[in-house]
Amino acid sequence: MLFRHRTSRLEFQPPTRGEELIRFEHLKKSFGPKRVYDDLQLSVYAGETLTVIGGSGTGKSVLLKCLIGLLRPDEGRIVFEGQELTEFREEDFIDVRRHVAMVFQGSALFDSLTVGENIAYPLREHFPHMPPEEIRERVARKLELVNLPGIEDMKPADLSGGMKKRVGLARAIATDPEVILWDEPTTGLDPVTTENINQMIRSMQKQLGCTSIVVTHDMMSAFTVSDRIAMLANRRIVQVGTPEEMKASTVPEVRAFLDARRQELWTQEEAR
Amino acid sequence: MSTGADLHHPRARRPVEASQAGAINPMGGSFLQRMGERLERLGSLVVMTGQVAVRAVSPPYAPSALVYQMEALGVRSLPIALLTAIFAGLVIALQFGYFLARFGVQYTVGRVVVLTLFRELSPVLIALTVGARVGSGIAAELGSMTVTEQVDAIRALGADPLRKLVVPRVLACLLLTPALTVLADVVGMVAGALVVNVQYNISFHLFFQGAIDVVLMSDFLSGVFKGFVFGGIIGVVGCFKGLTVEGGTEGVGRATTQTVAITSVSVCLADFFITKLTLSL
Repeated sequence: MLFRHRTSRLEFQPPTRGEELIRFEHLKKSFGPKRVYDDLQLSVYAGETLTVIGGSGTGKSVLLKCLIGLLRPDEGRIVFEGQELTEFREEDFIDVRRHVAMVFQGSALFDSLTVGENIAYPLREHFPHMPPEEIRERVARKLELVNLPGIEDMKPADLSGGMKKRVGLARAIATDPEVILWDEPTTGLDPVTTENINQMIRSMQKQLGCTSIVVTHDMMSAFTVSDRIAMLANRRIVQVGTPEEMKASTVPEVRAFLDARRQELWTQEEAR
Repeated sequence: MSTGADLHHPRARRPVEASQAGAINPMGGSFLQRMGERLERLGSLVVMTGQVAVRAVSPPYAPSALVYQMEALGVRSLPIALLTAIFAGLVIALQFGYFLARFGVQYTVGRVVVLTLFRELSPVLIALTVGARVGSGIAAELGSMTVTEQVDAIRALGADPLRKLVVPRVLACLLLTPALTVLADVVGMVAGALVVNVQYNISFHLFFQGAIDVVLMSDFLSGVFKGFVFGGIIGVVGCFKGLTVEGGTEGVGRATTQTVAITSVSVCLADFFITKLTLSL
């Protein structure tokens, strides 16, 4: 028991474009008395970029964290490639995390390591026998992919916000994942850098053929990068559709969010 | 009639549970609820300790991380440890020299000073001073990593935070506190011998001969064992408080101060029970 060898539980087949890859079924989650999800349902298809929009504190990031096992849902199922993740133990999730990478909101780079070591980190963890030359070569290639070649020896503290985001992306794609999760990728960035990151989300889909789930409250960003948009409100997904469908939506929560009619929401709340 | 200022008052829209909280009961909730929460936290601390123990003895080992932590936590604690030990030795020798002279048995000062240092003063003072420094440092570092999602990132990148962060720190504390205790024994003893030599004209030979005659190996080892246990408390509490930080940077501050409070109290409690145990053996 103590020295048990880990066997891979995830049988991962590279998905065909367009087929269902991830399904959230009847998901429920609370933090103490605060209920975040009540019966949340959502499907993600291979190769698409799906954006989850919603107000602050509605639990958008929780969805991403549940998918890679950083948080556990209270009830419901999460199915990834036909396998139910809700039954997985922490060790089983390690394989999931090689295929599903996350770009964190604040980049979450390790301050004590250089940029190069940060990007090499998942490679060393997932492929302990990879030779150092190959790691170096892969790190350099990923940095080129995010347009930051040659900064391996810099420390995260010396980078700007946008650069950190891109290094965070390079670290996430180091293991060539099939799915990239983006937690608020454009929050706190200036308009030019925001545009830059938007293009990067797009180019990841084109160049690597990745499926992306983006969580954001930046509507411009959502309309630019998404194939489909899902709106999270009142603890469930109220509508899923293409950017055009969402723009023409008659669902009150979506309309309110799109028009940013906060005043109206305020008065509704007050009346309740 | 409500004004704009009322609406923007931070307490205007507080939820009901929070509004029942006060200075005496800052977290809110009934007494039973709070006790329940504390017990739950204690339970997860015990579970974490068990998980860390299993990981510490199973491969893969990370000797480089351990060496790094020993340097960061132990070597850099040397000045504070030495200073504490020197002054503990000086003061205890001065006090005993003075009082034993009153009874006309000042020649016994060596054995009394060395016994006190070995059994009690060195381990406890080292645990309190170094523990405050190291424990709060660990809690602040891991707490900052938790609130900036770096701990989540470690898991997301396929690694185990307990193995990566907690095991090297706890092991470093377990090894270093006894080591610093032994160092404090030696330094305190020499400082004590010096001060009684100058103050009460007791020769070094008399001081150390007296000590060698009376002090047993078990006296020395009981102090080292205390250092070992205190080191474990410091490492585990610091790591646990750091990893369970809630509420951003404010939470990091809270975790840091709580770590110092909890380790100090636990060290004093553990000291009593270990003393009782070693004396009855």
